[in-house]
Amino acid sequence: MQPLIAPDTETLVLGPDKGGIRRRRSQARKTAESYGFLAPTLILLVVLMVVPIVMVVGYSFQDNVILNKSPQFVGLDNFVAVVTDPAFLNAISNTLIFTVTSVVAHLVLGLTFAMLLNSELIGRVPRAIFRALYILPWLFTAAVIAVLWRMLFAPNGVINFLLGTNVEWLASPELALSSVTFINIWAGYPFFMVSLLAGLQGIPAELNEAARVDGANGVQRFFNVTIPQLRPIIVSLVLLDLIWTSQQFALIWLTTGGGPINVTEMLSTYTYKLAFSKYDFSLASTSAVLVLLMSMVLAYFYVRHQRARD
Amino acid sequence: MSNDALGRRRAARLAATALATVGVLAVAGCSASGGEGEADSGDVTIEFAQWWEPELPDGAFRELIDGFEEENPGITVELVSGPYASTKEQLFAGAASGTMPDVVGLDGAWVNDFASQGVIADLTALMAEADYDDSELASQIQVDGATYMIPVVNFVYPLFTNDALLADAGVDAPPSTRSEFEDAAKAITAGGAAAGWALPLSLETPNGVQNDVMSWAWASGGTMLADGQPDVTNDDVRSVVEYIQGLWDEGVIAAGSFTMKEQDKVEEFTNGRVGMMIDSLSHINLIRETNPDLQFSISAIPAEDGFDGERGIPYASWGIGVAENSEHKDAAFKLVEYLMSTEVNSELSTIANAFPGNVDSTPDLEGKDELFTTAFEIYQAGYPANEFTGLPVAEELMRQFGEQFQALLDGQQDVDQMLEAVQTSWSAEF
Repeated sequence: MQPLIAPDTETLVLGPDKGGIRRRRSQARKTAESYGFLAPTLILLVVLMVVPIVMVVGYSFQDNVILNKSPQFVGLDNFVAVVTDPAFLNAISNTLIFTVTSVVAHLVLGLTFAMLLNSELIGRVPRAIFRALYILPWLFTAAVIAVLWRMLFAPNGVINFLLGTNVEWLASPELALSSVTFINIWAGYPFFMVSLLAGLQGIPAELNEAARVDGANGVQRFFNVTIPQLRPIIVSLVLLDLIWTSQQFALIWLTTGGGPINVTEMLSTYTYKLAFSKYDFSLASTSAVLVLLMSMVLAYFYVRHQRARD
Repeated sequence: MSNDALGRRRAARLAATALATVGVLAVAGCSASGGEGEADSGDVTIEFAQWWEPELPDGAFRELIDGFEEENPGITVELVSGPYASTKEQLFAGAASGTMPDVVGLDGAWVNDFASQGVIADLTALMAEADYDDSELASQIQVDGATYMIPVVNFVYPLFTNDALLADAGVDAPPSTRSEFEDAAKAITAGGAAAGWALPLSLETPNGVQNDVMSWAWASGGTMLADGQPDVTNDDVRSVVEYIQGLWDEGVIAAGSFTMKEQDKVEEFTNGRVGMMIDSLSHINLIRETNPDLQFSISAIPAEDGFDGERGIPYASWGIGVAENSEHKDAAFKLVEYLMSTEVNSELSTIANAFPGNVDSTPDLEGKDELFTTAFEIYQAGYPANEFTGLPVAEELMRQFGEQFQALLDGQQDVDQMLEAVQTSWSAEF
């Protein structure tokens, strides 16, 4: 049977439309499929992250949210109260000292050990042993680290025994901040070490060879070849570590509780005390929002850096 | 099968998965004790969150609760047990989210905060509804005239003394006055093998302020309050602060005080590195198990020289309360009644090595360490004293005191400045 319309005419009139609809349907199906895959994660993100964050931000603009059955909007009063609290300013100062010192030490130690482990001066077996030893601190949780160092730093602990001293490392107002910073450095350098070691192993040998042929000595090769090659990793690590260290809570809480007096009070312990010791959840939310804002500044730089790398 | 068909099937599967995920989350989020099915069948399940079960011999608390379920068919008790610290945080999180378990183990330091949040029920009203005779209760913790917590068992905090260290220091008997205590502490420290006294002032768990500092004031009939308000600058507290500062300056207090916690203190005493400590009776068994060779005694906390009145002895309670959001308050109160009944309370106090919250109950001291008998005599000779119980933000009050006290001992301020600072910060919390 002959078609009523010539085949070429049908193609001309209906073909492009049918194809377009099919493509759009296919595209919509692909989009739905993508979102279907993402749905469980998105739901979890919304329920576990977005909702609590929005709630906490909301709390920070109200008066005592839990004690008061019908909290009132108080504008920026809570923010003024927190930022003018001397304890908060002390916590910021301590957090800055703790964080900057930790990150710098993590970088220096991590890079030193990474270069040591990457060096051909050490044999394969000792290198494997050192690698296992150096990475050990990274395997412990904050609670284990706190218990371990509380024992080591006790007035009658191993450190004082070895040094022949009777120093109150964690209980002395003069030494406590340095002691917890030291513990944090010990606990965190392996992350830098492992990451930088991977970076070092990715540097083409030709670059060092070429520098050597050009007459560069070890120091010159380090500053002109190694560091530039590692810079993207270093920047990422430093930004991430700044965010993590500034939020360190468990280690501080379990070793000194923010004391003695208030010399190891950090933003995290300050916020925790507001919430679970004073039960002032509004001020605690305000403090948490301020910490979030500070972290977001660092996160912005981190994301921008990552994009630049891409 | 065509790609389109495969795609459709995949999309359908994913949609189903997403729906199932939402369903699971919704069910998880909406689940609560005492569903409709339970209500229809007449059976109820109540949750009881506490830190007691882990501190009792294995299975002992469950056995007691089984007795309740046998007596009350249709009521099932689900025990939510954890360490003290996590129980506290869990309850505060439950209070904030309105998901507090039906029955809650309480510390006196939390009561005011929970009551003012309206998250624990007025037990005075529940007792009236249940026609309960409260004359058997040894004490009730009240806020604004209404009971919110009933102490189920009490743990007293006497003075623990290491017999050998005291003997080596030439001290015949545990000190009973502040002067005797100071002399004993100096003599022990002078021996060089141990420090005289352990004073935990950790700011993480600042209960040392209650048990190891303010207990000295209560032991001499002193107080830190006036008409329920802070009165830290009074002579009772001042004399304690000056006395402890004197001990500190003498160097008889064990090193590491500013970060020392209760468990550190017990460890120092157990290992013979400290001659004296004020501690909970509940640690006797732990000390015996850890160091069976240690010979130690317990006695009342030393009083001011010349004091002959009744001595306050610090105590801590396992308290009980009912959540305001509980849908089964009647069943919850039945559990409270059961635990406070003469027989059950005796049994619980016996297995907990504590003193009963029911005046008619008696712990079975048969076969127990003789120190429990001594402690019971101390308990009966004095009166239980803990002025932090029922105060608002009690733990924060201890922490504020602890911070200022540390600054005093560190030489950063004098006693007047310290007491004024504490008075100001405490007053702001009331």
